[in-house]
Amino acid sequence: MSPRQRQKWAIFGLTGPAYAWLAVTIFLPLSAMLYCSVLDVSPLVPRPASFTLANYAAFFQKSFYLPLTWWSILLGFWTTLFCFLVGYPAAYALAKRVKGRWREALFLLIVLPFWSNALVRIFSWTMVLRQGGFLDMALHSVFPDAPAFNLLFTYPAVVIGLVHSYLPYMILTCYVSLQAIDDSLMEAARSLGAENTTVFRRVVFPLSLPGVISGAVLIFVPVIGSFMEPRILGGAKGATLGMNIEEQFTVTANWPLGAALSFTMLAIVLVIFAVLYPILKRRGVWA
Amino acid sequence: MTEISKFRSLGRSNRRQFLAGATALGVGATVLGAPRIARAAGDVKVLNWQGYGTDEAWSVDAFHKATGNTVTHDYYNSESEMITKMRTNPGGYDVVVTNCAWNNIASKEGLIQPLDPAKIPHWADLNPAFRDSPLLNDGGKPFGAAWVWGITAIAYSTDVFKESPATLATLWDPKLKKRVALRDDGIEAVSFGAIATGQDMNHPADLAKVKAKLLELKSNVALLWSSEDEWNKQFAAKAFDISVYWSGSALRSKTQFKLPVGYYVPKEGGIGWFDGLAVVKDSPNPDGAHAFINWMIDPKFYVEWATKVGAPASANPKAMEALPDSDPSKSFYSDQEAIKRLQFMAPLSDKEKQDYSDLWAEVKTAFAG
Repeated sequence: MSPRQRQKWAIFGLTGPAYAWLAVTIFLPLSAMLYCSVLDVSPLVPRPASFTLANYAAFFQKSFYLPLTWWSILLGFWTTLFCFLVGYPAAYALAKRVKGRWREALFLLIVLPFWSNALVRIFSWTMVLRQGGFLDMALHSVFPDAPAFNLLFTYPAVVIGLVHSYLPYMILTCYVSLQAIDDSLMEAARSLGAENTTVFRRVVFPLSLPGVISGAVLIFVPVIGSFMEPRILGGAKGATLGMNIEEQFTVTANWPLGAALSFTMLAIVLVIFAVLYPILKRRGVWA
Repeated sequence: MTEISKFRSLGRSNRRQFLAGATALGVGATVLGAPRIARAAGDVKVLNWQGYGTDEAWSVDAFHKATGNTVTHDYYNSESEMITKMRTNPGGYDVVVTNCAWNNIASKEGLIQPLDPAKIPHWADLNPAFRDSPLLNDGGKPFGAAWVWGITAIAYSTDVFKESPATLATLWDPKLKKRVALRDDGIEAVSFGAIATGQDMNHPADLAKVKAKLLELKSNVALLWSSEDEWNKQFAAKAFDISVYWSGSALRSKTQFKLPVGYYVPKEGGIGWFDGLAVVKDSPNPDGAHAFINWMIDPKFYVEWATKVGAPASANPKAMEALPDSDPSKSFYSDQEAIKRLQFMAPLSDKEKQDYSDLWAEVKTAFAG
């Protein structure tokens, strides 16, 4: 075997399992769902199915899908924005200011919520946000005359819960790209007379953008499909497209419609990224 | 059971699993003509939800001792799966548990056969409200023995309401801003909207009226719950004061979780459901099937089931009377006037289900806005 051939086999051997795994766990189910989305009856119904695009048309015909989608996208936007506002400074401090033991300890605190069940975390937020909850009690112990404070079953409650759930993604991805920035670049900027804000604006932030972008993608995509957090924290105020998709599978047993809605959502996400791509590319983020 | 018959029954159940799987993939049409497999006499095969009364081991053993029939089970996870299993496996089952909304569907399709009340001694004791319901009868013949039943009506906090409310209109009371909970279920929401507007619960003639009525709940609705567990947590956290709820769950919230829960069937009406025991068409052992159905509606079985395991209300009033007085469900379900106000869940077409789901999605979207 020539070295070239051997290298080929090595690449095949090393990447093969991952591709096989992806093919089985992502490609096959997605294809099955795509097939399902163009049927006129659910595959569980023992009646021969025929092909139709009616499930995709339903998205545009029914008046409630557009507002539902818009709210889902806004939810993704707000959650991503607040994750960035809270997570980026934390990542910056971890990467550039904190050293040694402290860094490990802080990392542990950031990852810690991941070790508990997501449902439990969300339910514990209901105890904090509701009237008579921890926030309400804290507020009234300082300002006894303040009006009753109840955030539960509101839009902000959903954003708070989601930011808590997804914050670690933003911190970790930003940390990785901030950590990779050579400190001597900042020293060079300073030696050329740049002030701290200018160093951050012109050097650090542009170089860390890839981390911000990948964090944003990791958060935005699952959030617009979320249904558990909006249901528990939003109550009647938390309607998302994800909840409607869930209902098509569990309540009406209309799998074709649920599948079509899922692919519509996927298409919307792809369109959003397709629009953003040229802007980001110009900034050299995805070079 | 001998080794050989054990082997056979193993083979049969594997074949059935394969059949169910194949049908689910939509390729079942070609294998539907699979030959029927001979079964031992004295075998009663029951199709039911898992852990829902018929498969209690102590009862199955006692039934075998009393009648010589061996009870075996196959389970479904949804009513449509139950229909699919009967369709794809003719002669495979003897007894099937059908909900009141599904019995007519099964009888119209010829999947179950008329019962012979003469073979069911406890038949005469059954509550006529369930036994003679058109939902268990077809063409003048009974297709199911009423077994257990329950209510979906209104639960309220006894801390907030010193007296039990009496009407459904309470949910729309302007004083209850953000204090009302509903179940996140389109069919149930439409049912209550129809009852509130004085229409037939299952097939309301004027859906627009139902929608308008539900939309009026916007400022009162705090949350939409989806499971008993979630209901209990939110109720305990005082997230709402009054809610649509299931009778059996309300009873559990009160007795097991010690929550201050009251329950009433509004004067306008409430939703009722019941399960019937039916004999499957082409049952290889119809006598055994009838004997098993009689066993299931026997007060002796019910009392043991209700006290040992916990059960919905029995459709046999004598079984309810036989419960110990300490059992909370005895008084809970004793209000005959409340039963008269119930409308029972009837079969819905696929189109109705989708329409109700869409109506509910629209209402929920308006709630959130």
